[in-house]
Amino acid sequence: MRRTRFAVLVFPGTNCEGDVLHAIRTVIRQDAELVWHKEGSLDGFDAAVVPGGFAHGDYLRAGSLARFSPVMTPLAEMAASGRAVVGICNGFQILQEAGLLPGAMLRNRSLTYVCRDVWLRAEDRSSPLTAALDEGEVLRIPVGHAEGNFHVSDAALAALEDRGQVLFRYCDAAGRASGAANPNGSRNHIAGVRNERGNVAALMPHPDRAYEPALGGTDGVRLFESLARWNAS
Amino acid sequence: MSGGTSVFGVRVLVRLRPSVYDPQGETIRRALDAVPGLEAEAVRQGKMFELEVRAADAAEARARAETIARRALANPVLEDFTVEGP
Repeated sequence: MRRTRFAVLVFPGTNCEGDVLHAIRTVIRQDAELVWHKEGSLDGFDAAVVPGGFAHGDYLRAGSLARFSPVMTPLAEMAASGRAVVGICNGFQILQEAGLLPGAMLRNRSLTYVCRDVWLRAEDRSSPLTAALDEGEVLRIPVGHAEGNFHVSDAALAALEDRGQVLFRYCDAAGRASGAANPNGSRNHIAGVRNERGNVAALMPHPDRAYEPALGGTDGVRLFESLARWNAS
Repeated sequence: MSGGTSVFGVRVLVRLRPSVYDPQGETIRRALDAVPGLEAEAVRQGKMFELEVRAADAAEARARAETIARRALANPVLEDFTVEGP
């Protein structure tokens, strides 16, 4: 079977590209290359990952200035063509600011940077981040963010829920979503969403920090398996 | 002056929409509340940008500032903006 070739985007301030590259190459044994944000083409790539970090230093709003980088034009074309575009943490914020995913991130309700393991419940399987998961599957994956408080208007929230665009919710170890299990105040405990079509998806937690026992957990492997399965189908 | 244009100062104010909870403003309000004489019923924190834009006239400068605000300075999911001047 032909390997999927992933572009892993790198902006000034991105800092998780090495983890994502390593996970794609070693965990799901697909091809991955780093692509600098000044590139004007993603020709030859089947899919793209926007990794975490602090693109353009998080000035103005997290992820907002990345929208003006040249690589965002072919990334939007990739999304429009139906290929997989995935964001992790700051990559989620970038995809929102670029208008490729709904909502926006507010400062965490606690006003603190939250860096710890959280539990997630998988809600919808029709995305590159969830294709290999069981519905309701509970995963333990770390977060590390100060602006992960997912916000949309009441009407947009209802539409997201109706269309099944919520991929992950913060929950407890038993899979019960609650305010106590929600690390940032996100509406409806939302940790990850997809676009309507289902090919653009992102989450705030870091599967790229949970794919080997030495990292303290391996549940992130399930999301990389989803990336492989979605692209193979 | 350069080519019939001038530089105009324009101010952009960006505010969280009224429906959006503002944890920073609320934290400031609580801190003020602890000091006699500094109590406020509500605090909302926003952002202020002072731009200098080159344009043929004030109307063009204002239009440019509105475009900058709409496309970059404010996120329409969370924020409203107003343009003051030139």
